[in-house]
Amino acid sequence: MNVAVRNTAAKPDVAALKAQAAKLRGKIIEMSHKAQAAHLASSLSCADAMTAAYWHVLNIDPKNPTDPLRDRFILSKGHAAAALFATLAMKGYFPIEELDTYCQDGGRLAEHPPANLLPGVEAATGSLGHGLPLGCGMALAGRIKGENYRVFALLSDGENNEGSVWEAAMFAAAQKLENVCVVVDYNKWQATARSNETLMLAPLRDKWAAFGWDAHEIDGHDVAALAEAMQNIPNGSGKPVALIAHTVKGKGVSFMEDDNNWHYRAPTAEEVVKSFKELGLS
Amino acid sequence: MRNAFADELTKLGNEDSRVVMLSGDIGNRLFDKFKDKHPSRFFNCGVAEANMMGVAAGMAMNGLRPVAYTITPFVTTRCLEQIRTDVCYHEAPVTIVAVGAGLAYSGLGPTHHACEDISFLRSIPNMVVICPGDAFEVRGALRAAMQQDRPVYIRMGKKGEPVVHKGPIADFKIGKAITIEEGSDVCLLSTGNMLPEAIEAAHKLKEKGISAEVVSFHTVKPLDEDKLKQAFSRFKLVATIEEHSLIGGFGAAVSEWLVDSETQAKKFLRFGTPDAFFKKSGEQEYAREVLGLTGHQIADKIIHALS
Repeated sequence: MNVAVRNTAAKPDVAALKAQAAKLRGKIIEMSHKAQAAHLASSLSCADAMTAAYWHVLNIDPKNPTDPLRDRFILSKGHAAAALFATLAMKGYFPIEELDTYCQDGGRLAEHPPANLLPGVEAATGSLGHGLPLGCGMALAGRIKGENYRVFALLSDGENNEGSVWEAAMFAAAQKLENVCVVVDYNKWQATARSNETLMLAPLRDKWAAFGWDAHEIDGHDVAALAEAMQNIPNGSGKPVALIAHTVKGKGVSFMEDDNNWHYRAPTAEEVVKSFKELGLS
Repeated sequence: MRNAFADELTKLGNEDSRVVMLSGDIGNRLFDKFKDKHPSRFFNCGVAEANMMGVAAGMAMNGLRPVAYTITPFVTTRCLEQIRTDVCYHEAPVTIVAVGAGLAYSGLGPTHHACEDISFLRSIPNMVVICPGDAFEVRGALRAAMQQDRPVYIRMGKKGEPVVHKGPIADFKIGKAITIEEGSDVCLLSTGNMLPEAIEAAHKLKEKGISAEVVSFHTVKPLDEDKLKQAFSRFKLVATIEEHSLIGGFGAAVSEWLVDSETQAKKFLRFGTPDAFFKKSGEQEYAREVLGLTGHQIADKIIHALS
């Protein structure tokens, strides 16, 4: 199937997207509990961006995951692999039951997205600062081959510590990669500390703008706003676009929100039940 | 080697629209012909090698055949994680071309020396490591790299080295060493830009009545095991010659092979650089002399080992 024709006119169905984001969060929590795997809070903070991308924006066909004309989505913050795996399974890239093998011996779903192993995974990430350079290469390949697909890279705020992010930012601006969109999941925490007390990110939008990007701040939990901004790529500015998405780490579950212990903690069975209640899931 | 690389790349660019050239802000005017013919496939990636390697991988994962090029330490150790994770883990067919291997840029100081790169790169899964011995081997290696689907590292010298082969090498094969001169007493396995020194050593040995075979062992990974088997069974002395550290380089690879294949070496010498930075000023010839890597010094050591 050719996915080249994209429907730019469609308005996001806000209620449906919100319901989907809640389901995605539920799946991620379940996976974290079963595997007792880390990075739950990091996966929850980007769940709305993932939902907007995969259920509204991306021009993709899960039955044809290597279609040359597909939009590329790179989870550059690879530690949120649970969010990506759950998303890809829910979209039908592989059976939903496979999520039960997350972090299990011999499976395809390790704690970070693998290379050349799982349909729908565009790039193996986990070491930070790699997704955007890869994305720039993908965008240039599209330009050279006359394929006008778009490239989205979801970065963590801590990832902005990496120099390679800024090398790529300058490169993308110089090459006028207007088909490239970065979403920064700005949840104000990195692994062990407040982001801005570790390396000074603020003013983050201004930094991306100063590096030549069309940079905007956005509510990273407003799934409709995310969907519209991302769907609008390329947006006519002639520049790559950075969406600085203000988010809350652990978003969606009151006792996880903005509590950085959940960077590493996994929920108990009881906590899963409580979380599901808060998310309106049964 | 450098000019042969630029020329062969231009030819390959004409033949194959997937060929893309990425430069780390180096090679002033070197790529003018490529740029003229293929402006949309040339990128000066600036002094930002980590990004350049990631961009190359992203391109290669999407059907192109990028060549990433700059001075050896900057296109290897500077962006080693990108080579490992973006290029090799993804099995992305990126061709990494380094100029100034070993002590080719001796005069520029240790920041620009590269005597560790073979060691780093050959330990990465999926990586092929080629060290061409002259300009024709550079052409052959680049062409061979483009004809397969894996990451390749091509470690070049600089410009103006002696040309060893008489013309284009029609049957250049990755992993197949080339016998340059036949001999019967000792076998000199040379990799990369040391090939002219190996030939000089062979000539010095001949003057002393010792017949030396000279092999351009251009591919360090994968090793030409047949050639190694022959060499260690036929000759009373085998020597590896490289402008690279004795730790982890070509000689080390052959040593590993000897142990793993349970091959008995009669006499085995390794010529390479020591575990030290070369801090003194001076050009490559001077550095080689100080480190005992010139042809006549190699010959002397071999004569001593045989006596």
